[in-house]
Amino acid sequence: MRRFFGEILPLAMAFFFGTTLALQYFFPFRFAQTYYQTMLQWVIGVASMAVIMAVISFIRYNFRKIFEGRDSFSASVALIGFLMMVGLGIFSRESGSLFDKMYNNVYVPINATMFSLLAFYMASAAYRAFRARTLEATLLLVAAILIIIGSTPIGTLLNMDSLTAWILNVPNLAQKRGILIGVGLGAAATSLKIILGIERNWMGGR
Amino acid sequence: MRELFIKLSKMKRSTIFLILIVGMLIPFFVTLKFPYTASPPTKAVFDYIENLPEGSVILVSVDYGPSTLPETEPMLEAILKHAFIKNIRVIGIALTEEGTNLGLRAFENVAKEFKALYNIDIRYGADYVYLGFKSGSEAAILGLGEDIRKVFPKDYSGRDIEDLPMMFNIKNYNDISLVITISSTMLPQQWIIYAQGRYGVPLAIGTTAVLATDWYPYLQSGQIIGLIGGLKGAAEYENLVNWKFKMEGRSLFGMKAIRNMNAVTIAELLIILFILLGNIGYFLEKKGG
Repeated sequence: MRRFFGEILPLAMAFFFGTTLALQYFFPFRFAQTYYQTMLQWVIGVASMAVIMAVISFIRYNFRKIFEGRDSFSASVALIGFLMMVGLGIFSRESGSLFDKMYNNVYVPINATMFSLLAFYMASAAYRAFRARTLEATLLLVAAILIIIGSTPIGTLLNMDSLTAWILNVPNLAQKRGILIGVGLGAAATSLKIILGIERNWMGGR
Repeated sequence: MRELFIKLSKMKRSTIFLILIVGMLIPFFVTLKFPYTASPPTKAVFDYIENLPEGSVILVSVDYGPSTLPETEPMLEAILKHAFIKNIRVIGIALTEEGTNLGLRAFENVAKEFKALYNIDIRYGADYVYLGFKSGSEAAILGLGEDIRKVFPKDYSGRDIEDLPMMFNIKNYNDISLVITISSTMLPQQWIIYAQGRYGVPLAIGTTAVLATDWYPYLQSGQIIGLIGGLKGAAEYENLVNWKFKMEGRSLFGMKAIRNMNAVTIAELLIILFILLGNIGYFLEKKGG
């Protein structure tokens, strides 16, 4: 029974839904469309369940930390913040509500500040590490400087817009396309392996 | 001189931070006038909206978070200003949890600005609706192609979508002239595959400068009609909208993106200067053994 629910049933479901949902694309019948729309509703439902799982996991993880006395201060702050925002959000999310004020005046500035710090670290890292030590590094350095200038209005002043556009549209695009084709083929192969039950890591490696 | 350059290539981190912060503050006190000539991808988005007939509907997906707010919010606001002044109706949604409130904030801010500057009422439910967040982005994008009501039966504040006059004749992508995703994530890929690929809806992307290069292949292949890349793209779009307002004899909206981009320009020039100083010092040191 355990093998049936833990292995056979999930594999059979992956095979059935994988093949039927791929096939329905080629059949413009009412039944295929209804099946497709029903499955879309299911996917949204399953995705919502994943959010609930994440919330349960978050609460359990932080409660465990508090009870075990490990980093209990930060765990308490995380839990209080979480419960407070959930509580406020349930009662009112309207513009001007306490939830809205907390989000816009606490969460947004904290998050934006954390990300803004990157600019300072990037400047410092570029200054220390971006050296023309080899030919490849020199090419990278020159391309980076041209793109940086091109991504500012100074590029327009120096009449460099067409050069920047060429770098983005030719060498950049060539490598992007190569990567995209590789990723696409890899995704198709992995999907096929999952549908056929060859790739089983999604079941916990069984 | 040699010693000076070697010394300059070994500045303390705190000195770099200080120079950067002082440099970035300059544009907030001194008016800098840089040229913001619209690049072809940005102009394409502007022209597409400009050529839409009055009363058309566009869907804007707020797919960014607060971390990239300074880059993405001015894009959204510029697009909303452009749409509202053209009497184009806008449906707002969010496919990232964090974007939900940010989208609402941008819609309300622009509506308030219209009232304050031009005494024009941008009415909720008639000129725009905001449907909020939906999890399961792929399924949501596909679902919008079938029936919006099944994905968003209610709007953000819990009102039944059937009670919103703007939504009476809107069922799916067939009734939407353009989808724009303002994103700091890889969600545009899903919009390209599912909304544009499967349902053929015209799609434009507004994204951060870091991610902009990822979408160039789709721009060249014609799968997206245009691309607003980073704060520079936002400044270019804002400049185009301001130009349109000026032509119509209206007072200008705020220059949020342009002012922020001026600060970024100074920062990027300083970064180039730091890189050059670091390399000059490196070569002088290497030459001197």
